[in-house]
Amino acid sequence: MSTKLTGSQIVCQALLNEGVDVVFGLPGGAILPLYGVLRQFPQLKHVLVRHEQGAAHAADGYSRSTGKVGVAFATSGPGATNLITGLATAMMDSAPLVAITGQVGRSAIGTDAFQETDITGATLPVTKHNYLVMRADDIGKTIHEAFHIARTGRPGPVLIDIPKDVFQEEAYYDPDVSVTIPGYTVPTKANLSDVMDAVDLINSSDRPVILAGHGVIISKAHNELKTLSEKSQIPVVTTLLGISSFPEDHILSCGFPGMHGMAYASLILDQSDLIIGIGTRFDDRIVGDPKRFSVNSKKIHVDIDKSEIGKTLKIDVPVIGNIRDVLKQMNPKVIKKNRPEWIGHMEDLKRQHPSLDIPKSDHLLGQRVIRTLSDATKGDAIICSGVGQHQMWAAQHFTFTEPNSWISSGGLGTMGYEVPSAIGAQMGNPNKLVWSICGDGGFQMTMMELATAKENNLPVKYGILNNNHLGMITQWQGFFYDHDYQAETYSGNPDFVKLAEAYGIKGIRVTNEKDLLASILEANDHPGPVIVDFVIEKVDNVYPMIPAGQSISELIEENA
Amino acid sequence: MVDDMKVKTPHQRTISALVQDRPGVLSRISGLFRRRGFNISSLAVGRSEKSGLSRMTFVVEGSENVLKNVADQLEKLIDVVEARDITEKNIVWRELALIKVKFNQKNRSEILELASIFRANIIDIGVETVTMEITGGKNKIDSMIELLNKFSVREVIRTGRVATLRGTLTSGKDDGEFHQNNSVLPLPQISEETGSV
Repeated sequence: MSTKLTGSQIVCQALLNEGVDVVFGLPGGAILPLYGVLRQFPQLKHVLVRHEQGAAHAADGYSRSTGKVGVAFATSGPGATNLITGLATAMMDSAPLVAITGQVGRSAIGTDAFQETDITGATLPVTKHNYLVMRADDIGKTIHEAFHIARTGRPGPVLIDIPKDVFQEEAYYDPDVSVTIPGYTVPTKANLSDVMDAVDLINSSDRPVILAGHGVIISKAHNELKTLSEKSQIPVVTTLLGISSFPEDHILSCGFPGMHGMAYASLILDQSDLIIGIGTRFDDRIVGDPKRFSVNSKKIHVDIDKSEIGKTLKIDVPVIGNIRDVLKQMNPKVIKKNRPEWIGHMEDLKRQHPSLDIPKSDHLLGQRVIRTLSDATKGDAIICSGVGQHQMWAAQHFTFTEPNSWISSGGLGTMGYEVPSAIGAQMGNPNKLVWSICGDGGFQMTMMELATAKENNLPVKYGILNNNHLGMITQWQGFFYDHDYQAETYSGNPDFVKLAEAYGIKGIRVTNEKDLLASILEANDHPGPVIVDFVIEKVDNVYPMIPAGQSISELIEENA
Repeated sequence: MVDDMKVKTPHQRTISALVQDRPGVLSRISGLFRRRGFNISSLAVGRSEKSGLSRMTFVVEGSENVLKNVADQLEKLIDVVEARDITEKNIVWRELALIKVKFNQKNRSEILELASIFRANIIDIGVETVTMEITGGKNKIDSMIELLNKFSVREVIRTGRVATLRGTLTSGKDDGEFHQNNSVLPLPQISEETGSV
């Protein structure tokens, strides 16, 4: 390019060249030069959030629901620090984001200037990588590098900090500059001998189980996973974030295991002779006590991140590579099998441990709300959740059949993630039905983003499972703290229907099962955003439950 | 459960890493160690044979279980070009120490004789102190310091360990591994571990 551009113009041009069409952000002094050129780039839609945490979560929800890189803007100092929870959420769940923050001018860096913070220092542990760009000449190259790092390998968030005067400095931008990062390789196929070792184990096993994680969704390996499972007749257990990687209405689908997973999923892992972990990190909510986790099985671990191998469990055959490529290597070599006894056993486990039965109650139950929503939508919706009881009920009782339809803060467990992430998901999928399943606790952490939904007329359905409690806290205090309930009751909740009205959006309250389906359908039919206040049973527990750090022998299946 | 509660003796690993020579790299690496509770017992950094890249040699301490994939963790950092755990490899390693000792007319020759036995170089001598430079393995330097302690040691400055694999790095094969060259000459017969000459 022959003409000089300002740093701000280079940012926008480079974002467009990366295929970005929407950014989520909130301006401030140090990033104003960038906002000053947005009018010149109408293809770049800017969604104004009400809090920078919302920008990061919205970019994350956009990313997870579309498979593209989400982008967030924030200013220096508090704007940038407000992103941190969102970056940490994305880091834990391997979601590709690029965050661009303004910084104070170069000469003011390190002087404790107004709204100055060392954001590259502060975000070191919660980003895959970050940059402080000190010359406008470097902006273009840095942005392309950042997108490459964010979306390849094990994806994650990347932050680019740009001082105010660098946005204003003029420089040449070469859009064709190639990205080379010494030592950074993107794994594709795996070592053939590891693949063969894995295939041999699969072919010789009698009771194999696949544990499919988020990596399957990230590498778009759903079809390959299905082929492996069907060809060798292997039951598929998913992790919490692996939900939607395998259709849950499939005969070989066997739920998700662990702390609040289905008992049959935990049991089949325990009773198997081979666990094929695919794109999972065998996290503590699944493994519990590593010494007692599925002690009689061999373990294959297919992952793109070799530092995950052996982190929690001893692995017999590690296979390092991009999951889709690895499964394509494995599938032709896997022998077609029928395993009538093993599949029959899985069906027996499901019958003997009906983890999804909903108890009878005179009150509206969270489980019933989710089941009804699942039936009403036939599973054709994107579901966003935060963390807690509402998340577990949504994961358990909604039947997910499409990849990328379950968007939840799994690793970090961020309350309030559900409100802005749904905005991002709806932006990325304007024609899809998006339901944000909220707890009344988490909802109040990020509910200022209702204004963002309203302003952009995003028809997100906010379903609050409202029990006036921090439900999971109440459950834990009941189980593990001798019923000593502290700081678990929300007696000052607002009237959520009136709150909806205050924002100029539709509000519906549901207090009993009889009105449930009609209310859900009414929300679905409404062309704008809706809050549905599901007033559910005040104190209820999520079952099954395996307490933290324990094993299948401590499984609690129902209310004792 | 009781076994788990026992404090394990710290486990040591020697890591050699090639890293980008730019600001903030050490902070990224030390952050990774801090977060996982590794203690850096020594660290040596300097420009490498490749322009724009520095070589770092760490000796880190922590529990065996946590330390086993430290090189893989390091390699995940974008600015780390490669990292190797060379603890169990056939390595040669050295550290350098500067030791300043106070002397008087009575013990001056004894100190100088000790320096000579340990092949330490005298690099500075003043009216009442002598500074010597000693290179070798950790135990040799420890022994030297122990012997000098009966005099008056004023200052000890140690570089920490630098290490490399014996033999040569074969560049023909692109498998990223160091390959041992069989035609290595025998090394001078000095025991680095015991410090005896």
